Amino acid sequence: MSRPISEDDLHAYVDGALSGARRADVEAYLERNPEVAEQYARFGRQRETLRAALGPIAAEPVPPQLNLAHLVAARRQSSWTAWRAAVAACLLLLVGGAGGWSLRSIGVEPGVGINALAQEASYAYAVFGQDKGRPVEINAADSTALVRWVENRLSRQISVPDLSQAGYRFMGGRVVATPNGAAGLLMYDDAQGARIAILMRPMMRDQNAPMAEHREGDVVGYAWADNGMGYSLVGGNSAASLLHPVADEARRQMRSRT
Amino acid sequence: MQDMMAIVEPLIPSLRRYARSLLRDQVSADDLVQDCLERVIGRWHQRRADGDARTWVFTILHNLAINRMRQTARRGVHVPVDDTSETAFATPPTQEDQLHHQAALTALAALPEDQRSVLLLIGVEDLSYAEAAAVLGVPLGTVMSRLSRARQRLAQLIEEGPARSATTGPGLRRVK
Repeated sequence: MSRPISEDDLHAYVDGALSGARRADVEAYLERNPEVAEQYARFGRQRETLRAALGPIAAEPVPPQLNLAHLVAARRQSSWTAWRAAVAACLLLLVGGAGGWSLRSIGVEPGVGINALAQEASYAYAVFGQDKGRPVEINAADSTALVRWVENRLSRQISVPDLSQAGYRFMGGRVVATPNGAAGLLMYDDAQGARIAILMRPMMRDQNAPMAEHREGDVVGYAWADNGMGYSLVGGNSAASLLHPVADEARRQMRSRT
Repeated sequence: MQDMMAIVEPLIPSLRRYARSLLRDQVSADDLVQDCLERVIGRWHQRRADGDARTWVFTILHNLAINRMRQTARRGVHVPVDDTSETAFATPPTQEDQLHHQAALTALAALPEDQRSVLLLIGVEDLSYAEAAAVLGVPLGTVMSRLSRARQRLAQLIEEGPARSATTGPGLRRVK
């Protein structure tokens, strides 16, 4: 004779969790005990009612916010952006620190020329070009205030090129720190949200320099200097081939206005 | 990540149903599932390779739900049972069983949270007793005794009818 039927067996019977042999034992037991059978039949109906009542929720289409592929992509993007920003910040610290250290110990100037400017522009773009929340400190709508701010910090006149012919809308800008003092950063984006930026600061060396391409990781730029002001127009790698004519246009406009 | 997608994606409808059955609010339940999925993505490499992925995912969701319900209880926001059940559980109104379903859901909502979880995990989401014990972090014997009490209490509440069960829910009090 098999072991006695327990309450656990009866619940497992309701949940369809019994093996064939044990199931037969339980069925035989329920036939001999109609009151118990009635009670567990009620539990069985209860179970079916809950399944039927809650079933429609699982049949609903899954809302887009719970799309797993999107969630994976969003996570990748945010960790990548954070990682890039962290690397850029470390590089800025290194450049500043190394520059200062070499000045102190060997008496050699820190990077001040057009190559230093190119690097500063790349780092600024790596940080602010990726910034989702606050890419600019002052919006294009307040461009008078922005220009005044940058001019005050740079002690130079500046102008904001209009790059709308090339498909780039002016977003605004900010003052950023470089190892060579304050610089102005103007940000633009295209219809797809791809950003480019122009960094500008006074030059101690290379006061006039022809346009030259530079690359730092994923950032591509074109740097030049005119009358003591250095500029670099920087953007993402994907737009590399388009940046040169845009930089030419920006230089043309700034030459004609200053 | 490919294996994660293949294993977790089919669970999402079930996760939504469990969250909504516990929280009784579609928006906060889907928020909870989103939290859960983000954790699953972030911790996928930390899970035990020999463990069952479905149990692991349900454990994350269950713990998030418990925390959320405790926060809600602490803040004193009590959701009246009969106001939410109709909108939160979208049973098509044309069904003949509509009233029957409604009575069962109202009674379910009046169960203590630990009994409700057991009933849902085993009776609706088809977890085994051992899997439910793992999700709830209790011994198998506790799962069995909770299941037994839950079934008896639910039968009692359904017989008493919605008028009584709606007012006897623990921590559920109508706020005007």
